[in-house]
Amino acid sequence: MSQALFTYTLRLADDILILSQRLGEWCGHGPVLEEDIALTNRALDHLGEARNLLTYAGQVEGKGRSEDDLAYLRMERQYTNAKLVEQPNGDYAHTMVRSFLFDAYHLPLMQALTKSNDAQLAAIAGKSVKEATYHLRASSEWIIRFGDGTEESHQRAQAALDNLWTYTGELFESDAVLEEMTKAGIAPDIATIKEAWSKTVDQVLSEATLKRPADAFMMTGGRKGLHSEHMGFILAEMQHVTRAYPGVEW
Amino acid sequence: MTEVKNLEELFQAKIDAEQKIEPKDWMPDAYRKNLVRQISQHAHSEVVGMLPEGNWISRAPSLKRKAILLAKVQDEAGHGLYLYSAVETMGTSREQTIDDLLSGKAKYSSIFNYPTLTWADIGAVGWLVDGAAIMNQVMLCRTSYGPYARAMVRICKEESFHQRQGYEIMAVLAKGSPEQKEMAQDALNRWWWPSLMMFGPTDANSPHSAQSMKWKIKRQSNDELRQTFIDRTVQQAEVIGLSIPDPDLKWNEETKQYDWGAIDWTEFNNVVAGNGPCNKERLAARNKAHDEGAWVRDAAVAYAAKKAKRKAA
Repeated sequence: MSQALFTYTLRLADDILILSQRLGEWCGHGPVLEEDIALTNRALDHLGEARNLLTYAGQVEGKGRSEDDLAYLRMERQYTNAKLVEQPNGDYAHTMVRSFLFDAYHLPLMQALTKSNDAQLAAIAGKSVKEATYHLRASSEWIIRFGDGTEESHQRAQAALDNLWTYTGELFESDAVLEEMTKAGIAPDIATIKEAWSKTVDQVLSEATLKRPADAFMMTGGRKGLHSEHMGFILAEMQHVTRAYPGVEW
Repeated sequence: MTEVKNLEELFQAKIDAEQKIEPKDWMPDAYRKNLVRQISQHAHSEVVGMLPEGNWISRAPSLKRKAILLAKVQDEAGHGLYLYSAVETMGTSREQTIDDLLSGKAKYSSIFNYPTLTWADIGAVGWLVDGAAIMNQVMLCRTSYGPYARAMVRICKEESFHQRQGYEIMAVLAKGSPEQKEMAQDALNRWWWPSLMMFGPTDANSPHSAQSMKWKIKRQSNDELRQTFIDRTVQQAEVIGLSIPDPDLKWNEETKQYDWGAIDWTEFNNVVAGNGPCNKERLAARNKAHDEGAWVRDAAVAYAAKKAKRKAA
């Protein structure tokens, strides 16, 4: 039970830690100053939630690992985020579509987790719901602006959607860990999250006049630590200072 | 002619009486021009200043430090926004102001043309660069132009927070491992002199200063502010066991302040002229963000127009 809870909590944490890391790359380079602020805010919210989850994962594991141990001292194969969040920022359409596809999953997940039998996860989710609501609203608005804006923005948004769609299946995969967590009333039934996600996606894409890609082949592997080649570089950059000076305070 | 002269006298009388000048008040063209230049430079400095610090977000050595740094750089973007708005109150649009930055016509603080090479530089920038900026900004909270003074009050609160955070990074490094202490000392060595240059030329070589003082845009001279900064910072360095890289630095019992060595003004002039270590990179990064963001801004405008049209129909 505690092994499954550790793994489950870590997956939740890894998704938003890596997404935060990617979003942080935009800082100072956004398309307009207001967006620079909004993107940084998003990165900061995700990081805050990741820190809470990592700290909790460390407690569940009971080996004395801190949030920083878990973030900085695990290698690619030990990271369990979905591949969607490690995809490069690309243009602003790719960044926003990636966030939108994630936000549409993250909000119902957090809402459901507030009712988790695990009090700590419920508390963390309770804190995240407000932020996740805002994130989804903001990314939805951009998808609509892009889709129904100019011809160029429409094409860019559609291209991003077509490129990233293959990474959405993984968000709703189930395995023994998730089944155990669902059975224990800790994790929600992933099928209900997918339903909510799908509804949001359809609504927003329709308003944006964008086409929902067909559910063709879906990428997988992230939850087992089988990532894209991007992952090694993300971690190399994120971890290098910490690893170069082991065991010190910062 | 007499009328303008009277207006100018009234304007100066208002300033002498410590009343704020507001956007709709009459003001001499030179006052307006001077402020547009100063506030826009200040705005650009906030925005360009995001780059050397943003450079370390992906590599901050702990999640807590990463969060603090993200929040800090976000604050700088917010400062840029208030200040561009303050410029707009003087009749210059944000687009125009930003175009002047991108074309290289407008200046920004030269300090941001230095690179952040190690994590300790994030400490040094917060402690020294924000520390030096605060000296100026505290004074500007009482500047004669109302919107600028009010923007400064908000900015100062956040900047003094940043300065403490930077100092804390340095303090932790200085009492850490020998390698960490060396990293902190190296950062101090590299950032010390450029930070002193942030106060601008010496009073003797600062041609606009007298007029700015008369208009109460500035209230203390470059040299006064620089000296206050040195006196304060030397003590802070001592507390955490770092040494200021100035062999001529010495407490003067008579003046009750530090005597210190000579600034390399050749270096200063070089960086101002565009030959600093990162001038080209900073401007290129701003231009790239602007150019690559064009379609995003266009889409937002096009969508807003479509929406308004549908609403009207």
